[in-house]
Amino acid sequence: MKAFSYVSAADVPAALRAISTEPNAKFIGGGTNLVDLMREEIERPDTIIDITRLPLSGVEELPGGGVRIGAMVRNSHLAAHRLIRTRYPMLSQAVLTGASAQLRNMATVGGNLLQRTRCLYFYDGAAACSKREPGRGCDAIGGFTRGHAILGASEACVATHPSDMCVALAALDATVVAESVRGVRRIPMTEFHVLPGDTPDVETTLAADELVTAVELPEIPVAATSAYRKVRDRASYAFALVSVAAALETTDGAISAVRLALGGVAAKPWRAHQAERVLLGAPATDETFERAADAELAPAVAQSQNAFKIELARRVIVATLRRLHTEGSAA
Amino acid sequence: MTQAPVHSRPAPATAERSVGKPIDRVDGRVKTTGAARYSAEYPYPDIAHAALVHATVSRGRIAGIDAAAASAVPGVLAVITHLNAPAMKPPPPVSMMNLSTLASGTTVNYLNTDEVHWDGQPVAVVVAETLEAARQGASLVRVTYETLPATFDFAAEEKNAKPQKSDLVQSGGATKGDAEAALAAAPVAVDLRFTTPPHNHNAIEPHATTAAWDGDRVTVHDGAQNMYWVRDNLAMKFGIPAANVRVISPYVGGAFGGKTMVWAGTILTVLAARVTGRPVRLMLTREGVYRTVGGRTPSTQRVALGAEADGRLTALVHTSVTRLGRVGGGPEQVTSQSRHLYDAENILVQQNLVKLDLLPNTVMRAPGESIGTFALESAIDELASELGMDPIALRMRNEPERNPIDGKRFAHRMLREAYARGAERFGWSERTPEPRSMRDGRWLVGMGVASAYHPSWQFAANVTVRLSPDGTVVVRCGFHEMGMGGATAQAQIAADALGVPFEAVRMEYGDTALPTGPGAGGSGQTASIAASLLSACEKLKRSVLALARRSGDSPLRGQRMTGVEARDGGLYRTGGAGLGESYAKILTRAGRDSMEARVGSDTRVGAIAGQVRFMSKLMLDRRRWVKAASGAQFCEVRVDPDTGEVRVSRWVGVFDVGTVINAKTTASQLRGGIVMGIGMALSEETLVDPRNGRIMNPSLAEYHVPVHADIPAIDVSWLDEPDPTMPLGLIGVGEVSITGAAAAIANAVHHATGRRVRDLPITLDRLL
Amino acid sequence: MDVRMGGRPVVEIRMRVNGVMESLDLEPRVSLLDALREHLGLTGTKKGCDQGACGACTVLVDGERINSCLALAVQYDGRAITTIEGVADGEHTHPLQSAFVRHDGFQCGYCTSGQICSAIGMLAEHGAGAPSAVTEHLSADTIELSDAEIRERMSGNLCRCGAYNGIVGAIREVASGESGRDVMEAAR
Repeated sequence: MKAFSYVSAADVPAALRAISTEPNAKFIGGGTNLVDLMREEIERPDTIIDITRLPLSGVEELPGGGVRIGAMVRNSHLAAHRLIRTRYPMLSQAVLTGASAQLRNMATVGGNLLQRTRCLYFYDGAAACSKREPGRGCDAIGGFTRGHAILGASEACVATHPSDMCVALAALDATVVAESVRGVRRIPMTEFHVLPGDTPDVETTLAADELVTAVELPEIPVAATSAYRKVRDRASYAFALVSVAAALETTDGAISAVRLALGGVAAKPWRAHQAERVLLGAPATDETFERAADAELAPAVAQSQNAFKIELARRVIVATLRRLHTEGSAA
Repeated sequence: MTQAPVHSRPAPATAERSVGKPIDRVDGRVKTTGAARYSAEYPYPDIAHAALVHATVSRGRIAGIDAAAASAVPGVLAVITHLNAPAMKPPPPVSMMNLSTLASGTTVNYLNTDEVHWDGQPVAVVVAETLEAARQGASLVRVTYETLPATFDFAAEEKNAKPQKSDLVQSGGATKGDAEAALAAAPVAVDLRFTTPPHNHNAIEPHATTAAWDGDRVTVHDGAQNMYWVRDNLAMKFGIPAANVRVISPYVGGAFGGKTMVWAGTILTVLAARVTGRPVRLMLTREGVYRTVGGRTPSTQRVALGAEADGRLTALVHTSVTRLGRVGGGPEQVTSQSRHLYDAENILVQQNLVKLDLLPNTVMRAPGESIGTFALESAIDELASELGMDPIALRMRNEPERNPIDGKRFAHRMLREAYARGAERFGWSERTPEPRSMRDGRWLVGMGVASAYHPSWQFAANVTVRLSPDGTVVVRCGFHEMGMGGATAQAQIAADALGVPFEAVRMEYGDTALPTGPGAGGSGQTASIAASLLSACEKLKRSVLALARRSGDSPLRGQRMTGVEARDGGLYRTGGAGLGESYAKILTRAGRDSMEARVGSDTRVGAIAGQVRFMSKLMLDRRRWVKAASGAQFCEVRVDPDTGEVRVSRWVGVFDVGTVINAKTTASQLRGGIVMGIGMALSEETLVDPRNGRIMNPSLAEYHVPVHADIPAIDVSWLDEPDPTMPLGLIGVGEVSITGAAAAIANAVHHATGRRVRDLPITLDRLL
Repeated sequence: MDVRMGGRPVVEIRMRVNGVMESLDLEPRVSLLDALREHLGLTGTKKGCDQGACGACTVLVDGERINSCLALAVQYDGRAITTIEGVADGEHTHPLQSAFVRHDGFQCGYCTSGQICSAIGMLAEHGAGAPSAVTEHLSADTIELSDAEIRERMSGNLCRCGAYNGIVGAIREVASGESGRDVMEAAR
């Protein structure tokens, strides 16, 4: 890890001023991803701006019925919050399946949005990676790709986004609130992360001088009947091979409201719009769930070692929807 | 700072037998309060920190090293490379008269050569005032290479494997009858291929060394399973007498074989300390452990079994291919258990080896048998399916009276009893044989069994026992404590042998300044020390009795040892009124401030004599007996029918490990092996990129060892029948319980799903 | 706030460590773990991976468990840190420390400090009603601390010796007994 200077921001304006004046600066929240990446020499900031003392640690109801989550809310506090547990159980579950209790006590909501991939080749300085060094190529292709993308990948990059929380946020139509010296911007969660294309080093639509200050959840009644299902290589403390965030409501046997997103399959949390289209209004049967999964996964492309993920994603979608339908919510 | 650990307690008045009891560990308090110091935790004023630079090619020559940027980092003291490192001696050829010659993890003379032999070989060491500066410096050393052709793809090179030659210790192959012909003629047969991936030990303590020179003497704190190998190897490399090297290693944060050999980090810390004239500390990064410390070899195995319709085995074939590094490593006894477990008429076992340009393999918990039993015991289960027999019944039908391959006698063999008890504890009779026939809600339930088998070993050990007039005892032996509970067990043994309370015994260990102890390996440490400790206690009692006999006042006057027993802190006549007296009284009367007995000699000549004695005893013993720990592993798994996720839900292991010294620590050892076996079965794999030989998951985040949530309550028990050929009847327990574990799970997975998985790990994609 | 010392910028940090106010001049890149081990000599907190993947470095910050390896010490200026050296009440070991010994919840001892600190934090979290990934009803007010709950909540602490049964047993005993309530009170 190279030496850097450290600034602690007392309020949001100070943080925004610092990021716009210090060259090669980075915000640091819980540090659970950034410190690791700095130790691996993947991130090399000259200045670290500590934002953990900013007054952004609240979870509060919005006048319109939604919930506003401060960017400095710790993952564990988010998951344990009454509002989230009762109205958006999939979000609590998603956060609780991520990392470990210790890391969730450190990690912030804002930082979780900006987590970087766990691709083995991104982490290995000796490997070619266009995410680390634009244009260098991708050693993951043809290598160990169990954890890699089946949707939205490119020839430049096949990495996946590692966050669980973001999958739930994508399903819940969350909005990311970003501020800079230029003003406040509201970014729909589904547009916050971007697919790799030719520029896998660009991972979000957040500008370099912008600070995530909050995440807002709209009021979504169906979210009270929701669940997050994560499939991984051990029972806990591992990244997802495939995960599904789903909310389902039926009226007279037909699906009257649905939200569906996938994790572990793409460079961004994957909102399953195609599947939702098939599901809405259709009878809540296995046949419908299967058709929805097939529709979403039709464009899926496997890497050398992850063809199983297409079938796995299909099965987890169907199983999660079926359980929601038959057993109800995790709340 | 350089004291061996001592654990002293007040001595209670009366003694009762200690052996067999579930006594708390003597080091429990220091380990639960953070007071136990591991090798990176010895404070030295003026300490400097080191970090390694690793090669990024599999084979080649260093074309250039640019250390300018690294040297410019504030606080960097030295960048040591092959261009400026002092000369060290290359590792010596292996000699059976000096087993420390086995100590080198590789034959590479680090930083004394421009040759690179594997991706990850250390090519530079950066020493700095701070840890942060050392690591930053290491990241800035630029190395260029002329690459050379290399082979590293095990799957592709496997066909070039050569039969392993037999030597004094290991045998590469054996035959009885004509197994292939019998196989071809067998009415029922299976002929199967299994693969197991490379594994890494992943002790939670990364390898760490603190080294401080004083003139031509050096003190080394090093997490080691064999301090004496470390001492002798360092003495040889730096051209100083072994007496000038003191290795201190009282607490080792897990090892599992990974700290048996001497690896680069240890040597280069001592080198860095010599170059900089400062005490130097190096804790390998987790990645550094993967890149510089060998792991378990991958394997491909063929197991073919032929049987009569009634299940009697007519043919057993087990062959294996494993890899070595081109610069070191050793063969694994993959087929060992296949010589001992089944009474087949015809047997063929053969191990084959291929050398690759990779970091050499090394021993890891039950090297050979852990993966060999996976193949053999899976194949037995498949044969049982073919025969329509219960897998335990098939095993019992083929349970031998004598060692199948050569007819030698078993020192001890109680597999029948282990299975009988295990089946009862587990509830095997409730299993319905048909695959996919058992469910719990949406989960598919499966039950599987497999045999555990691991040879028992015993090595030379020097021990001293000192008795003080206050009735306390000090046992000194340079043995190793990586968590097995050795100090506790030996204190129990000494307490009973001398008839003193457990609390009166103090153990000193983990320091080469002590009498030479055995290495911790082959599950042999406890038995090795016990043998010497018992005979030292015997000598001590004789000396004490001799002292008493000389006194006209002693009720022991004129007594012989045969008529005397040690109890209640003294020697007493057996039978009758039990007249006798306390050690305190005998020693005090004689004016002695202590008495000491010693077994073994640490002089150079004495050490060689001891080694010769040990080797000839070993050879004689092996000609007479087949000795092993064994057991029956029962497991229940739940498989998610949608995703193929496997969860182990129940476990029963019953083991034949002879006399159990400490019921608490033995249970922990046995459970620990099973936990590692669960990891081996379901999730562990070191990923070596077949395109360049580079390990791609050198991290605890990406190499999946079991976590709390993976492990159910594990029921372990033992038969507690002494092995008559072992000291106190005890058999080592460190490794046996990992054997058979993966097969039990694979068999249970088959029972749950109907799917046979012959390639480890059994990740969910194999069950979709 | 930066001062130059020995060519490297250092920051003055004040932390209460095990009840004692400590003042340190550290480079901002020094982790909390290295600050404890290398600068304060508190080597009870262990380094197992230095990447947040094993939990050996777990300490309590204002009663909450974190991985000190991924924490920059400078970010914890002004906070109260409790390490394994500080969990005992004077000469009286913490109930979990003695329970770990009784249940043999360790072998080599290297993950033990982290396991114990983690368990203290875990019992406080559970006492405060926090759910886990295996909690069946997220909206429930009280969650029974079953073995499955303990295992999931402790999964951030690897034990390669495989002493998991003993660890769960020790935690179960402390959580269910009188001593368990003391633990939770103390950690709150």
